[in-house]
Parts: sequence; C-alpha cells; structure tokens
Amino acid sequence: MSEVKRGYVRPLDVRHGRVDLTHGAGGRAMAQLIEELFAAAFDNEFLRQGNDGALLPVPDGGRLVMAADAHVVSPLFFPGGDIGCLSVHGTINDVAVMGAKPLWLSASFILEEGFPLADLARIVDSMAAAAKDAGVPIVTGDTKVVEQGKGDGVFIATTGVGVVPAGVDLAGDRARPGDKILVSGTLGDHGMAIMAERESLGFSAPIRSDTAALHGLVEALLASGAEVRALRDPTRGGLATTLNEIARQSKVGMMLEEKALPVNPEVAAACEFLGLDPLYVANEGKLAVIVAPADAERALAALRAHPLGARAALVGSVHADPQHFVQMTTAFGGRRIVDWLTGEQLPRIC
Amino acid sequence: MKYIDEFRDGDLAAGLSAAIRQAADPGRRYHFMEFCGGHTHAISRYGVSDLLPDGVRMIHGPGCPVCVLPVGRVDMAIRLALDCGVTLCTYGDTLRVPASDGLSLMKAKARGGDIRMVYSSADALKIAQTNPAKQVVFFAIGFETTTPPTAVAIKQAQALGLANFSVLCCHVLTPSAISNILESPEVRQWGTVPLDGFIGPAHVSTIIGSRPYEFFAEEYRKPVVIAGFEPLDVMQAILMLIRQVNAGRAVVENEFSRAVTRDGNVKAQNLVAEVFELRRQFEWRGLNVVPYSGLRIRREFAGFDAERRFPVDYVPVADNRACECGAILRGVRKPQDCKLFGTVCTPENPVGSCMVSSEGACAAHYTYGRYRDFQ
Repeated sequence: MSEVKRGYVRPLDVRHGRVDLTHGAGGRAMAQLIEELFAAAFDNEFLRQGNDGALLPVPDGGRLVMAADAHVVSPLFFPGGDIGCLSVHGTINDVAVMGAKPLWLSASFILEEGFPLADLARIVDSMAAAAKDAGVPIVTGDTKVVEQGKGDGVFIATTGVGVVPAGVDLAGDRARPGDKILVSGTLGDHGMAIMAERESLGFSAPIRSDTAALHGLVEALLASGAEVRALRDPTRGGLATTLNEIARQSKVGMMLEEKALPVNPEVAAACEFLGLDPLYVANEGKLAVIVAPADAERALAALRAHPLGARAALVGSVHADPQHFVQMTTAFGGRRIVDWLTGEQLPRIC
Repeated sequence: MKYIDEFRDGDLAAGLSAAIRQAADPGRRYHFMEFCGGHTHAISRYGVSDLLPDGVRMIHGPGCPVCVLPVGRVDMAIRLALDCGVTLCTYGDTLRVPASDGLSLMKAKARGGDIRMVYSSADALKIAQTNPAKQVVFFAIGFETTTPPTAVAIKQAQALGLANFSVLCCHVLTPSAISNILESPEVRQWGTVPLDGFIGPAHVSTIIGSRPYEFFAEEYRKPVVIAGFEPLDVMQAILMLIRQVNAGRAVVENEFSRAVTRDGNVKAQNLVAEVFELRRQFEWRGLNVVPYSGLRIRREFAGFDAERRFPVDYVPVADNRACECGAILRGVRKPQDCKLFGTVCTPENPVGSCMVSSEGACAAHYTYGRYRDFQ
C-alpha cells in the first residue's frame, strides 16, 4: 500500500463524502480510498504485501478450483444481508459446492460517481465480516469509478480459489437413476426478500435473505461419508433451474414431491401474491444434493445436524428418462413438468 | 396458507376425482371448455387432467388476455415507445408478445424504447406523476377484471389534472368472445369442436356477475358453471357440468359463490360505463374481427386516449401462416397439433401468442404437460 498518509492528508470523510471520479483515477484520492476503506477493513498478510497481485503459497496436493461471481443486486441493502456479504457468500458457495475448501477471494468494485461513502463503508464492513466469519481472506482487489448514470451505486465482482481434497469428485454429470435429491432448507427466501423490499410489500414480519457461506455445511456433509454425486447452490432460477441443469448434464430424469418441498409460509404467501413459484426463486444459502440411494438418510442426518441445514429434506429422486425432464407429483395428486425458467422471473437479485 | 391450501388439498382432490369417475357415463364423452387462461394454468400446473377419467376432455378457450392481443395492437405500443418517444407502461406478459419486424416490446426496450413493466394501472399513474416531463402511456389490456382499474386510473388522472398520462385501450369483453365461439361454424354447423359446456370465468365474473351467461345457457343449450381459479374449484365445476349434461339440463351454476353474485360488482360496472364505450368492432387474435367486443375511451376523456393523442393507427397484421394459435384459441386444434409447437415455437422464441403467457394453451402444455407427448 502507498504511504499517502504520512504527509498532510485530510482523512476520508466517510460520513458525508461521496464517490467521485478521482477515486478511480489512480491518484492520491484512489490510494486513500483503498487504504482507509478497503485495506483497513479486509486487512490480511497477503493484502498487506501491497503489490499488483497477491503472492500465494501453492497448496499441497488436491486440485484447484476457481470460481467467479458478479453482483449487481438492487436494492443494495435488504433484510438479512447486503451486496457486500452476498458477494462473499456467493463466491465461497460456488467454490464449496465443488467439494473444495475455499482459500482466498478477490474483490473488484465498480462504483458510480456520487455514491455515498457511508454506504460504501457499510458494504465493505459487511464483506470484511463475512470473509472473517468464513475464514476466507480477500487477498487482492480493484476499484473503478464510472460516471453518474452509468452504474447503479456499486457492482462487486469476486473470484474465489479453493482446493479439492483427493477422493472428492463432485460433478453435475454424475447423477444416476435411483439417486435421491435433497435440499438443505427452505426455498426462495433470498429472492422473495429482495422482491418484497423492492415492491415495498411491507409484510409485518419481513422475509429475510438466507445468504450464508456454505463451506462448513458442505464439509459436514462430505465428512458423513455419504456417496454424494453432485452439489449445487440453487441461486438464480431456483431449485428448478439447478435440477434441470443436473438432469441435462447427467442425461437423466427427476421426479420431485411437491409436498416434501420446504417453503417458509411467508415466502409461500409472497409468491402467491406476486404470482411466482418458490421453485424458481433464488436462494443464497442452500444446497441441492444428489446422493446415492443407500446414503440418503445419512446425508440428510448430516445436513440436519448443522445449523444451516436444520430444515433439510428429501424432495425427490432420479430416474432414467431420455427426455431429461424434471417432473413433480403435485400436492394435488397430479403430475407436471418443472421446466427451465422462461425469461426472467425476478430482475437483479444477486 | 389459510384460504389457499384448503383449495389445493390432495385428499379432497382424490375424493372429487372418485366422484367424477362415478358420475361420468362411461358410454359417452364430455367436452368442456374452460374459457379463462387462469383455469388453463391451474389445470396444467396442478395436473388436474391426471385426476379426470379418459372420457372427460378439457378444451382451452380464448380467455388469456395476452393470447388474444393481435399483432397490430402490439405494433401500436411499440411505435408509441420508439417513434413517439413516450414512456410505455405495460403488464409483464405483454413484453414478450411477438410483433411485426421480429420485434416485441422487450426487443423495442433493448433498442432504446422507454418501456416499463408495471403491476397495476396505479403504478403507471405514479410514473406519470413523478416524471412530469415525459408522456406516459399505459398499454391497457385484458378482460373485465383489468378494465375497472384502468377506469380508475383515468378518473384519477383527470382529477389530478395530469396532462402527461394516457391509455392505449385494448380492453375486451368476455361474453362477445363466448358468443363468437358458439356461433362459429366448427361448433354450430360442422360439429368439429364438440362442446358440452363451459367452465365460466372466475375473476371476470366477480365484476360482471353470473347473469350475462344465462343467455348462452338458454339460447345455445350449453351448461355454464362459474368456477374459482384453484384446482379444487375446477374439479368441482367439472363434476357439476357432468351432472348437468347427464340430466339434460343447461343452466348457469355458480361454484365460485364465495366471490361471484348474479349481478356482480355494480360500482365497477358503472365506473367502466362512465369511462369507456363499445367499439363497433375489435380484432382478436384467433377469433378475427368480433363486433362490439372491445372498449374505447369515451369522448369526455379524450385527453387520456393515446389513440387520439398520438399519430398511431391500427393496422391489421396477418399471423404467421403456419401458426395454429387461432385454431387453438377456438378449440379446433390442440397445441401439439401445430407443426411449429416445440420446434420453431418455444417459450424462449414464441411465434404465436399462445406460447407467450403462462395462461396460454401452448405455453401451459409446453411448460407443464409435454412429457405426455413422449409416453
């Protein structure tokens, strides 16, 4: 990091200040923003190196996983979280569902001219807290500023690197007929939290986003010894989209039991109100698990024993189907396809 | 969810299913048209067909507001946004309806048109209030359910003296469409669309009441059962229709008595009559030009009529020749009979409007029921 503070430099006015074009111009203002805001919050030995990139030790054994995620959610702050912690959780989860232990994150910010520094500080603090809780440091980053009207406050792109231990092999093409489908908890909480906030639905008990880092839950699941074939975090497009992806990759069909799907009553009510289907609404702290039939109960028990998996449920099974349809037995007693999402159900949710 | 789950109960459905099987005469077939897209959606989404005996077939009617919107009307909305530079507000499903020149409102938006999705006419009014420098046009579509809120918006705009709000009125009337189907040669002369009765509209009937259907029951000897949009409502209505057919009766019965009365919502009817008047004719997708089937804004409210304020005229546009939407909307064909279904025409790339809205017969079959075509 630069040493701009050594001289006569007025500290950043975080309370009243706003982002301006100089904060992205590469000069003193930018160095000050990085030092007083980002570096101060994210502080760790790699970031402290102060170079253009972070110099990292090569992990012993295993295979590397790298995942990228860009975050453009609107509104930036919502019940249960904000764009900051979401950008940390989202990327950690993409790494974790590969069966990897997440090691490091990068964070790039695209800031809009005029964005209040107080809001930026809130977001950065939330990111720092999320990274600290997860034990995954943010080791490098970048800042750019775009003119007013050319961004929406702040966009955050994060990248995560992790390492998959030998013997762990999770992939979307490994589902086999007979396998069971589990989810780690209630569906649709994140998407409906955003939607309720955006539409000012004003429920008496606000719907909270489920945003959370899932690597601990994944670790507990894999430690149970259950033969897990595939893991996904069903974010945009919800569980329906995730299962359709796996069905296509594995060339199988799936059958869900509508009655078994865990959905919070307030989410179900909000979905009903807005004409949405919780199966297609985003989650930011849930796992979809494909597990060998004999190990379904063991996997379910491992999920339920973890605080993030208390409401885990067995929701369906895999079968042979040349059309790769995901279908569902409705609670009503009929049958239907659970298709790919058409168009977008909710705009800008993560 | 209280008052919702009760109407989706699997055990009650199984009981009704058994009652329908018992009531249905195995020696005959029953063909019922559910007029509304809301019923079509409920039937597909909850798998109601799986609970019906083979002899009972549901025909999907034209009651999907987006599906009956002719291309020329969407073209008008696109011209308003792209050529006249207005802020065009519309209900979500309308965005994807294919229009002329490979455009849709969604694609017009990508070309720079200021097109916004709203949940209600009140949202459009709010946009006009907060953007006084912009001309805001509400693209008003739908049957009698969405008409009163449009009337309210126009009355409020008048009260507020809003000079930058107007409405492109494409509201249509349910009874005219039912008459058109019953008068069609397929039903009246050729018998190619066997029709033993109607499931009457749910939300539309809360406004217009059950009285308007009495004419159809008497004149055309077709039973009508008005039903709510929940799957148990639909099954109960099917049972009631079968009983009427078996008894040789043809009357209007009201399954949706928790919301529908014989006279409907008189206040809403008066409001609609104050703001709108009948058009001599209106073009429907699938039904062609239907006399006295659409509404326009009365002269007293001319200042809020986008058709009078902006230089956009209605130009009829022929549908894609291979598209069977018209025949599907009249119950003459099924979605899977269309050559384009699932190949050229998919929910991602709809050719016909029945593939656009989740209430459309083609989209409902594609999204929820196409596994049956592979069994």
